[in-house]
Amino acid sequence: MDIDIPHTAPLPPTPRRLPRRLDEHALAWLVAAVTLVPLGVVLASLWQPEGEVWRHMAEFVLPQLLINTAWLIAGVAVGTLGLGVSLAWVTAIYDFPGRKHFAWALALPLAMPAYVLAFVQIGLYDFTGPLQSLIRDVAGDSSWFPSIRSRGGVILTLTLVLYPYVYLLARNAFLTQGRRALEAAASLGLSRRQGFWRVALPMARPWLVGGVSLALMECLADFGTVATFNYDTFTTAIYKAWFGLFNLTAASQLASLLVMAVLALALLEQRARGDKRYTATGRGAAHRPERLSPWRGWLVAGACLLVLSLAFLVPMAQLLYWAWSVAAEQLDLRYMGFVGRSLVLSAGAAGVVVVLALVLAYSVRRKRDIASRLAARLATLGYAVPGTVLAVGVFIPLAWLDNHLITAAHALGWPGVSEVIKGTLLVMLLAYAARFLAVAFEPTQSAMQRITASQEEAAASMGLGRRAVLWRIHLPMLRGGLLTAALMVFVDVMKEMPITLMTRPFGWDTLAVRVFEMTSEGQWEMAALPSVAIVLAGLIPVILLAVQTEKHA
Amino acid sequence: MKFRPLLLAAAFVAAMPAMAEEVTVYSARIESLIKPLFDAYTKETGVQVKFVTDKEGPLMERIKAEGANTPADVLLTVDAGVLWQAEQMGLLKPVKSTVLEANVPAHLRDPKGSWYGLSVRARTMFYNTQKLKPAQLASYEDLADPKWKGKLCLRTSKKVYNQSLVATMIARLGEAKTEQIVRGWVANLATDPFSDDTMMLKAVAAGQCEVGIANTYYYGRLMEKEPTLPLAVFWPNQKTTGVHVNISGAGVTRHAKNEKGALKLIEWLSSDKAQNLYADVNMEYPVNTKVKPDAKVAAWGDFKHDYINVAKAGELQAAAVKLMDRAGYR
Repeated sequence: MDIDIPHTAPLPPTPRRLPRRLDEHALAWLVAAVTLVPLGVVLASLWQPEGEVWRHMAEFVLPQLLINTAWLIAGVAVGTLGLGVSLAWVTAIYDFPGRKHFAWALALPLAMPAYVLAFVQIGLYDFTGPLQSLIRDVAGDSSWFPSIRSRGGVILTLTLVLYPYVYLLARNAFLTQGRRALEAAASLGLSRRQGFWRVALPMARPWLVGGVSLALMECLADFGTVATFNYDTFTTAIYKAWFGLFNLTAASQLASLLVMAVLALALLEQRARGDKRYTATGRGAAHRPERLSPWRGWLVAGACLLVLSLAFLVPMAQLLYWAWSVAAEQLDLRYMGFVGRSLVLSAGAAGVVVVLALVLAYSVRRKRDIASRLAARLATLGYAVPGTVLAVGVFIPLAWLDNHLITAAHALGWPGVSEVIKGTLLVMLLAYAARFLAVAFEPTQSAMQRITASQEEAAASMGLGRRAVLWRIHLPMLRGGLLTAALMVFVDVMKEMPITLMTRPFGWDTLAVRVFEMTSEGQWEMAALPSVAIVLAGLIPVILLAVQTEKHA
Repeated sequence: MKFRPLLLAAAFVAAMPAMAEEVTVYSARIESLIKPLFDAYTKETGVQVKFVTDKEGPLMERIKAEGANTPADVLLTVDAGVLWQAEQMGLLKPVKSTVLEANVPAHLRDPKGSWYGLSVRARTMFYNTQKLKPAQLASYEDLADPKWKGKLCLRTSKKVYNQSLVATMIARLGEAKTEQIVRGWVANLATDPFSDDTMMLKAVAAGQCEVGIANTYYYGRLMEKEPTLPLAVFWPNQKTTGVHVNISGAGVTRHAKNEKGALKLIEWLSSDKAQNLYADVNMEYPVNTKVKPDAKVAAWGDFKHDYINVAKAGELQAAAVKLMDRAGYR
């Protein structure tokens, strides 16, 4: 694809070439089509009336679910922002014991599948778990212990899994802000704390909004975690309509409502943000972390360790224990294949999705109009659709196309053809893009905000074409954002089940497929083995990213 | 690692049929439960069995979307309600087979022959042996009695096993009576419903409650790991309707390319040779009455099971879901 199009400033007319070069709008909508096709399948359900199911849902199911969902969203928003921002701030601005290690380790919970953490949490903290059993042995009664299978428990668990989105993006914001803004604030008499609230935080807005919206979209689309807690949210209604009432149409309608609510919220936020710019002041002048006094330093280190323990170390220890207990009979050579395929899919998807997100973000930046922003918003909606519903949305057009290709193949004299594009890697990668574009788009777009228009203009005035500007100005400056995007997509694809299950070729089982197999029969101990493998594989890019971020900060 | 080629041309070649006979199975029953059987089948007959696993809902949508081009010859899944739904969606082809009619009791298969049960899963009651004597227990219906207040544990109503149980109760007792019972259960709950049978059983064993309803194989697995738990099986409704049973089963798909091969595989799975392997790997009961269950399973005792046709569970599932919503059973 050619994105080397003429500048908007008056330039000598260039002779038209064939094929005509692609306009940024066309590019943005082309990328959006990857999501719009499956989304369209889901939204098409809105034309079929399912009055009876709706009446039942409206009377007996939805009222409580909406309250539950609102609580969950509010709780996770507050939780992920609080944890993500404060951890990002202390690791970016201050120096304290273990800071370098915490800086990357605090992103680790990202690699933990949320439903697995949910199960581990219940196993550890519920009535029958070791903690409450111990309390009963000692004190005789544990009924005062707050139940983990509760609203608070769900919010806590999802916060612990999802805060890394905010953490990674906020850290990126703080590290690229440059120190001059904070120095200027200090010279105007603002304390560190005031500088944080009045300068650093407002300047990080696109990153924070990006991180939180990823966390909330995942929350809204989540089924596995809330189901493990038996906490009914909007997705519960979706799956109830499909699996309980055998009505996929009603389920798709409910999912459509969810998507439209998310779209409305996204557009509102964009409006509120207006045309504010978030460019860096004083590039290249990165922060030299400020050393904290010893007791404060240890306090901060202790807080980091507590979060890390709750979100990662303790559950990981439990998983390792279970994995160890089944490793002898479960771990065999086939795991080479599971790991290999997971890595191929995750790395491939990370590459494809980041490139698509870059095209999208670039188009929005060039055009700055409703059409391109809308394209970006629509393209990133796949993340808010419950996974299994989206998987069906991906599969139906795919099967339709394949059926036509098969007919054509038969007509051309290949009678044995039963699959053409179905079950190919390319299709799987595009399906992942439909789901995870948001994950790559948010960090990419945020990072793009740091590039000033004057930098681009300067480059253009020196005779650089657009492609050269993209390669020589944009890409180097976007490095941190793109790496974050790639990491998050990589880890998310590693954990993804519904699309992998539905579009994989025969015999192409991955680690996530193994987790599905074990958990679907309630064999959580056995599921620990592939889960541990997922976390370990996720560690590689997390560490790579951390090293890169430190180097280029 | 087998790497699937990206190029379409290569995909054409890859999709060419193999020389040996092949049957393709879409399975909601997981790999570890079916692979040993398929391997044995291949060894015995030389027929290759290709399969893919997924959840039942997506699998059915997949067959539907693929239409006449579906590679699937057999749909293998858990729960009669799901098989009933697959039949309703027109995904299955009714087949007549004297072998299957002989091996599978009439109430455990579709009256039209669209699907056949292959293993029986009993959903029964379990109690804490330190708190209760079996004589105190009677039936599913009895658990709605106020004497069980604060002593009952249940799994969520969103699990199809409970939906099937309530659906068969509706078939027998009617909606009004059933709703009254379910409301009674909810009033007696000791704690919020669990998302999982094993968690529920552990709660009974730990004394958080005294009695609960679960599938036997969860109990079997749990006791294998923790044999000292004060937990025992109770077979309810022995003087009346019998213990609620469900099945895992299979049907030939409407557009099967290898219909004969598909039927042969299902027949083989119901045979004496395969039934023990099929049921025993998951501590379920064989569907074929000529085959005895695994010794560990047999040790839980004989019981009378409900002879209502399991297809009823599918037919009334939506009604059951709505009823449980009305009764506040989450």
